[in-house]
Amino acid sequence: MNAAHALDVDRIRKDFPILSRTVRDGKPLVYLDSGATSQKPTEVLDAERYFYENANAAVHRGAHQLAEEATDAYESARARIAGFVGAAPSDLVFTKNATESLNLAAYSFLNATLKQRQGLALNPGEERFVIDVGDEIVVTEMEHHANLIPWQELCAKTGAVLRWIPLTDEGRLDLDQLDVLITERTKCVSIVHQSNILGTINDVRRVGEYARRVGAVYVVDACQSVPHMPVDVVALGADLVAWSGHKMLGPTGIGCLWGRSETLLAMSPFISGGSMIETVTMMGSTFAKPPARFEAGVPMTAQAVGLAAAVDYLADLGMENVYAHEHSLTGYTIERLLDLPGVRIIGPADDIDRGGAISFVVDDVHSHDVGQVLDDHGVAVRVGHHCAAPTCRRFGVSSTVRASLAVYNDERDIDTMVTAIRDAQRFFGVRV
Amino acid sequence: MRLEDMYQEVILDHYRAPHGKGLKDPYDKEVHHVNPTCGDEITLRVKLSAGDDPVVESVSFDGQGCSISQASASVMFDQVNGMPLTQAMASVDAFSELMRSATETVTPDEELLGDAIAFEGVAKYPARIKCALLSWMAFKDAAAQETASR
Repeated sequence: MNAAHALDVDRIRKDFPILSRTVRDGKPLVYLDSGATSQKPTEVLDAERYFYENANAAVHRGAHQLAEEATDAYESARARIAGFVGAAPSDLVFTKNATESLNLAAYSFLNATLKQRQGLALNPGEERFVIDVGDEIVVTEMEHHANLIPWQELCAKTGAVLRWIPLTDEGRLDLDQLDVLITERTKCVSIVHQSNILGTINDVRRVGEYARRVGAVYVVDACQSVPHMPVDVVALGADLVAWSGHKMLGPTGIGCLWGRSETLLAMSPFISGGSMIETVTMMGSTFAKPPARFEAGVPMTAQAVGLAAAVDYLADLGMENVYAHEHSLTGYTIERLLDLPGVRIIGPADDIDRGGAISFVVDDVHSHDVGQVLDDHGVAVRVGHHCAAPTCRRFGVSSTVRASLAVYNDERDIDTMVTAIRDAQRFFGVRV
Repeated sequence: MRLEDMYQEVILDHYRAPHGKGLKDPYDKEVHHVNPTCGDEITLRVKLSAGDDPVVESVSFDGQGCSISQASASVMFDQVNGMPLTQAMASVDAFSELMRSATETVTPDEELLGDAIAFEGVAKYPARIKCALLSWMAFKDAAAQETASR
């Protein structure tokens, strides 16, 4: 890996038109909510517009020139996005978002289980997805609802039992009990790479070793890692890896599910219709090979093109540089927050193995009220439970304030936020 | 400054010293309402007198949430506790209407609203309207359930 070099944030900010607007009576926008969704550079907006103005057609259908060009644009986008995460294009499935990717994973278990219980033939390798009553699914106590509820639903429908890896008070996975939690009963282990609420970066390779030892399907939610650090999905040791486009400078409406070829081949589709078939008769149908098997209907082509432009943009910056920049800004943010009396960080209070999603609470001021005062200063953060309500409960809070960083943020943004936090304390009479 | 439009002094006063907080016995109906986007929650109890034209004999609540939701519950208590149910429900309607004042022309009824009139600024912040309505909707639900069960 080359030594990281500093990002020119002033130059980067010029690529994001929205960052030059003002909010709430002329305040410059300080956008610290990229964990929810990132802003988009002109390159991404232009790519989508160019596609619609020059090549728009339904892909994988039609023999006309536009259909060919649209199909090329779509498949070339797949190849660039796959290359960005070290994957083969044929192993990359486009979905609506990471939530759909994770549901696709969970429904593969339900489909296999129903097929087995009906006595239907399974795909080669699909036995791994068959659940018997009493089998177990393992997640962690820091999952986003998108990587929790699909598994709860799967358990309710199949008779499986959900177990979870607990957290330490510091906000890290407590891996001491892994061999007790991940056993021969475990059919699936699904964990987050970087927590969206705590910021913790988990040792997914280590957990993966336990999953592999018992033959469990291993799923990684990489929503908050792929946008912020170099990720080689093959090297993570997972069967399936899910992430979203809109958190990595790309458009909404597109997400990804990478899978090992043999894993994808084993899985049955959960959305069916056009484009995902081989032969169709009134008596039944056979399905296409992955990734087409999981992409029923006319896909989100302009969004794929936009996401490819986003990964090109990130690759030009260099993901090592993106990581180094955000890592250093994370450290600065934590330092500034720790300096503030009455402010408590929820999650690791250092910059070791943690990313730029930084949650905190302000004593005696509800996070919603903190967020309102920050908004008045032009600072956009997220407040609430961040779709991780059980994690909040684990730390005895109902909600937090979360600042989440991206390539276009720098220390000035954090300084503005800190000033605004002090103002919130003053406003609510906590401190003068 | 816009912030003070929302956080009027009277709202902050109710937030710091809420009226009606702490669940009371006896009661007829208890409801639990949550705001799923922010995790705010309220448990609310209501007791109505007997007869065709009942009086709200007692309202009490507990819960946690932001200043707007907590102050709103306190103000709601003042407007409904001990009042004839018809008047209490009219206050709920007046408050709901006030929360639509950013998009509709509303003439606030000071009699029915009391201190709740201070929440007019909240209506300008769509994300906070649900905070303000939480306790009022809980009361409406509890009273409606109790009335229906009679």
